[in-house]
Amino acid sequence: MSILVNRKSRVICQGFTGKQGTFHSEQAIAYGTMLVGGVTPGRGGERHLDRPVFNTVQDAVAGTGADVSMIYVPAPYAADAILEAADAGIRLIVCITEGIPVNDMIKVKAALAGRRCRLVGPNCPGVITPGECKVGIMPGFIHKPGRVGIVSRSGTLTYEAVFQTTNLGLGQSSCVGIGGDPVRGMNFVDVIALFEKDDRTEGIVMVGEIGGSDEEAAAEYISRHVSKPVVAYIAGVTAPPGKRMGHAGAVIAGGKGLAADKYAALETAGVRTVHSPAELGSAMKSALAGRRRRAKKR
Amino acid sequence: MRYSRGSRYNARMNLHEYQAKRLFRDYAIPVPPGMVAANVTEAIAAAHELAGPVWVVKAQVHAGGRGKAGGVRLCRSVEEVGQAAEAMLGQRLVTKQTDAYGLPVNQVYVESGSAIERELYLSLLLNRDLGRIAFVASAAGGMDIEEVAAREPEKILRVDIDPAAGLQSYQCRRLAFGVGLAGDLVAQFEGIARALYNLYLERDLGLVEINPLIVTKDGRLVALDAKINVEANALFRQPSLMQLRDPSQEDPMERAASEHDLNYVSLDGNIACMVNGAGLAMATMDLIKLHGGAPANFLDVGGTATAERVTAAFRLILSNKRVRAVLVNIFGGIVRCDVIADGIVQAVQQVGVGVPVIVRLEGTNADRARKILSASKLAITPAKDLTDAATKAVRCAARAVRR
Repeated sequence: MSILVNRKSRVICQGFTGKQGTFHSEQAIAYGTMLVGGVTPGRGGERHLDRPVFNTVQDAVAGTGADVSMIYVPAPYAADAILEAADAGIRLIVCITEGIPVNDMIKVKAALAGRRCRLVGPNCPGVITPGECKVGIMPGFIHKPGRVGIVSRSGTLTYEAVFQTTNLGLGQSSCVGIGGDPVRGMNFVDVIALFEKDDRTEGIVMVGEIGGSDEEAAAEYISRHVSKPVVAYIAGVTAPPGKRMGHAGAVIAGGKGLAADKYAALETAGVRTVHSPAELGSAMKSALAGRRRRAKKR
Repeated sequence: MRYSRGSRYNARMNLHEYQAKRLFRDYAIPVPPGMVAANVTEAIAAAHELAGPVWVVKAQVHAGGRGKAGGVRLCRSVEEVGQAAEAMLGQRLVTKQTDAYGLPVNQVYVESGSAIERELYLSLLLNRDLGRIAFVASAAGGMDIEEVAAREPEKILRVDIDPAAGLQSYQCRRLAFGVGLAGDLVAQFEGIARALYNLYLERDLGLVEINPLIVTKDGRLVALDAKINVEANALFRQPSLMQLRDPSQEDPMERAASEHDLNYVSLDGNIACMVNGAGLAMATMDLIKLHGGAPANFLDVGGTATAERVTAAFRLILSNKRVRAVLVNIFGGIVRCDVIADGIVQAVQQVGVGVPVIVRLEGTNADRARKILSASKLAITPAKDLTDAATKAVRCAARAVRR
């Protein structure tokens, strides 16, 4: 098993014929993702990367049976692209685009509430189930099919966690980059709930950062609902208040969003925390080993 | 993925009080009569034009805490207005929200004095937990709202606005009655709240704060101060707001970085960092601290770093004279490490780096990158992993004397 995507996922790309859309679609195809086509308004009927191009997501769904869309549309048009995918019946929308105005995302979030589709991102690396399906900009080769689920607000820090778990022989069930914006689709809680239910996932690595209180919400959820071991790292212990640290959502504002508060909440919830990102893999390995030993004793 | 159109301004963009009050006037939000002045003559002319007998002269800087720092003066004559303007203009104002160097005062705002009955607090901002815009109000106006929130959270009222339904009258009433308003003032409050909400949405703001919102002795609600942050991601569709940017109020290093599309934040340590990805850049700073050092900056060269960007980044971090070591931390995914290595070699040769450079490269083509660095015969210290990189950088910085 895995979460969100697998070898049966039928993926389309919105912004298919653009520079980013083309490059990352090529990478996805090379990885083995079932990329069945793409959307670029006005280019419907053409072929691109040996796949059909459609004018609308609705046409693409009708023509290919797609259930997943990855979005590389520039920021001014990205909110529209997300809502188009939702209206066309796409089950999982993965929006990679950075720099979408917050007020646009407020509307998108409200419009998606109560619908069956899920949104990952925006401003995220995407979702991957190693060996099966890559939907996003992450480097495929560092991943390895395995037993750790990874969820993160940061791109390159996700890759660190992936790289370490691969090198230690643990591998990953699925990896989800939920993105660095303050208003986004799936959150830690949503992804962790899926990992908890997923058979292949034995442990969960969570990479948070300063800003907001989503890590605190995750801690609360974990303490009540999660039986699998969770290892967490929070970036930004040294970040000064009031400054955005690259990600639009990574800012300590009004005395809220401090790394120390997030660590405290996670530790109270029984999460194993690490203060160096270099220890994510080894901490997960020892957590899983401890769990196996306990299981044997019983 | 970065599209330069939306993200040139990594820092939130602040407006000056006089600019914010101009926007308030456009939306019929009551403010005292006032005029901006860039020199003493203009300040005196403004005082003559505005009604007395009391004026307030306010330094225009992008920081709060001006009152306690001498940046707000009550004047009882036109001469005093001139003296206050003279004392402030051309100086740097240090408040508890600035660094020790402060911000330059290039303009003052001269305003008619108000007869204050009560001081309230009102702001409009993003509630991240819900993904909704929220009004925050308090009867404890004129004070540091963060302190009020920490000490007496029951004095803070909040309503979250449904983006589809918009601001409702009952929400305005709840806030108005909640802060102790009555009679005609409740209707005035709703008028101001509605105007603020429209302003926030139409101009793509990230924060509007009125502290204090006053009740005058003659029973009017007036915005005595005005703070506005513009949502940087929306500047592409707000050209008139883009023109209100005041580079003199920005950190010069951060300003230079934005010109190269680099995400940079100045810190006060001595180990410069160059990293790809915002999360890894923060983690690198934390690692330096964890191993006993102090980071000089946050710098994200982005997911699509090229040799040119790496060179620009090196120039930038080395222009900070405190820097005693440079730590380069790259996880090559889509970006190939060998390309970064070429960039580092080129930068070190071109820029002439006088401090130790510690490099950790991992990911795509990392082996080839290591060969490029060692073949360069430059004084570059390779690191085998994150921990090794951080400990080496801290050790080098402690030893290093800048050549």
